[in-house]
Amino acid sequence: MARVGNLGKKTVVATRYKTAFELYPYQRVSEQDTGPVRHPVVIIGGGPVGLGLALDLGKKGTPALVLDDHEGAGLGSKAICFAKRTLDICGRLGAGRPMVDKGVVWNVGRVFHSEGQLFEFNLLPEEGHRNPAFINLQQPYFEQFLFAEIAAAQAKGAPIEVRGRNQMTAIEQHGDHVRLTVDTPDGPYSLEADWLIACDGARSTVRGALDLDFEGRVFEDNFLIADVKMKADFPTERWFWFDPPFEGSGQSALLHKQPDDIWRIDFQLGWDIDRDKEMDPDRIRTRVDAMLSSQTGSVPDYELHWTSIYTFQCRRMRDFRHDRVFFAGDSAHQVSPFGARGANSGMQDAENLAWKLDLVLKGLAPEALLDSYNTERGHGADENILNSSRATDFMTPKSENSKTFRNAVLDLAGKHPFARPLVNSGRLSVPCAYDGFAHFGPDEMAGPHVSRPGVACADAPMGEGYLLDQLGDDFVILAIGGSAPAPVELDGVTTRVVHVSAPSQDLSERYLGDASSAVYLIRPDQHIVARWPGFDADHIRAALKNALGKT
Amino acid sequence: MTLILTPNIPDPDGFYDELLAAHDGLSKDESDAYNARLILTLANHIGDRELLRAALEAAA
Repeated sequence: MARVGNLGKKTVVATRYKTAFELYPYQRVSEQDTGPVRHPVVIIGGGPVGLGLALDLGKKGTPALVLDDHEGAGLGSKAICFAKRTLDICGRLGAGRPMVDKGVVWNVGRVFHSEGQLFEFNLLPEEGHRNPAFINLQQPYFEQFLFAEIAAAQAKGAPIEVRGRNQMTAIEQHGDHVRLTVDTPDGPYSLEADWLIACDGARSTVRGALDLDFEGRVFEDNFLIADVKMKADFPTERWFWFDPPFEGSGQSALLHKQPDDIWRIDFQLGWDIDRDKEMDPDRIRTRVDAMLSSQTGSVPDYELHWTSIYTFQCRRMRDFRHDRVFFAGDSAHQVSPFGARGANSGMQDAENLAWKLDLVLKGLAPEALLDSYNTERGHGADENILNSSRATDFMTPKSENSKTFRNAVLDLAGKHPFARPLVNSGRLSVPCAYDGFAHFGPDEMAGPHVSRPGVACADAPMGEGYLLDQLGDDFVILAIGGSAPAPVELDGVTTRVVHVSAPSQDLSERYLGDASSAVYLIRPDQHIVARWPGFDADHIRAALKNALGKT
Repeated sequence: MTLILTPNIPDPDGFYDELLAAHDGLSKDESDAYNARLILTLANHIGDRELLRAALEAAA
């Protein structure tokens, strides 16, 4: 039965925000004259998730059409913290290097409670990974780098298309396709999609059109975001305040470096605020002055670069798949900004869905495989919401007693190291592990915990480069030690063999442990399916069959 | 190891004195804060999550 949604008639595509970079200006396409054409995958929204998904599909040869109601990356730094897992994904897609080159890497953080500094920490990154634990980078740059790689892939023939100022206004779900109405500066037209992916953010128009909503725990808070440009020297550190002492600055505050001499300042204002009053530049400057001078006594020269009030909610849709429509990123789930779990989880959504859609569309995997997107990424969303809720509970205690304990932790953390792990200003995004999920296993060796089935592959030095560079985006048999196994094939899906006869020390620690040899089966999203002490084609074929959702 | 719920503190009266003395002169809020710090300090020393969970239940 068709489900019909309609957002009402519009005759022009409204501009909701200014763009930082124009990337995909509106162009009339023949479809607007000829009538509906069927596309394998249509993606609504050209943010990080939509662009990442399109790039992933296109590089695998599966056509992807992105519709965005603007013509480029929106103005404002927005998501600024990109975790290693995201950089690994972007590295696989060919867009990672410019992100890391442009991004700011930081290691030192300071935690303050009111007037005083409680402690400082140095993250001392683990050696033997191509990418840092995370970088700070303005979201428009992230989108620009993804789009640059899309353009490069298009030039090589990858079937990716991005249509600017194309606003989806209505959806009809049919048995084997979705029909869309799209508004443009030249008026509306229709198109069809085998699969529709909603990557259109927290206020998803697709979700609205299908009359779907969120469920689960909901809470709200408002952040005043001020990006300031400072030429003066100011340390590349993360400063976080609980109960900041600056006048009217709210319950927490954060100072963090971005590229281009820009500093992100967040003030947690609480949920009941007067937005217009808080956006008054004089009022913002008063707060920023107080923060910047709090440690040095003087206010450095700065200019307000971008300001915004950001309201967050912590919630998810119950199902990320509705017939032929999938939801990915903020359209499906939202968390607080603590921990950088928004865009980073969205990129994992995109990666999880891309290879499954690709194989299903090529007839190499059953449609049932697509349901694992919902179970796996639903788990990711739950994990993020749990972490985010705990951070929020710590930062904004909900009762007198929880505030007493929170302050006790902070007081002790200033004196004793033991209390510092209890201080929660957001747990930074780490890769999602699918422990015990249906399409993984078996684990036939007593190998390292870090490389058990379900986890995303940890990087390690390999030859002149790194392991993850060798894994690519297909099914891989990674054989360490022993002799090189032959590829295994299952109904058209071939596994590529990566054999490492002399592993580096890091590779050995992360993948062998005490064993002398190991064989891993790795998915196209670089999650480990199964592992064995030695090679057996039948074992691999059985695990591959399970990973593909075949019964 | 299981949570010890039999007498285990040498000179119990002396310990009790010290506990009360630690709160001498504190306001209600200061005492609450002190108790919270004390619980966290002791909990860290115990460390064992099973024991801590048993203690949370035993004290309820």
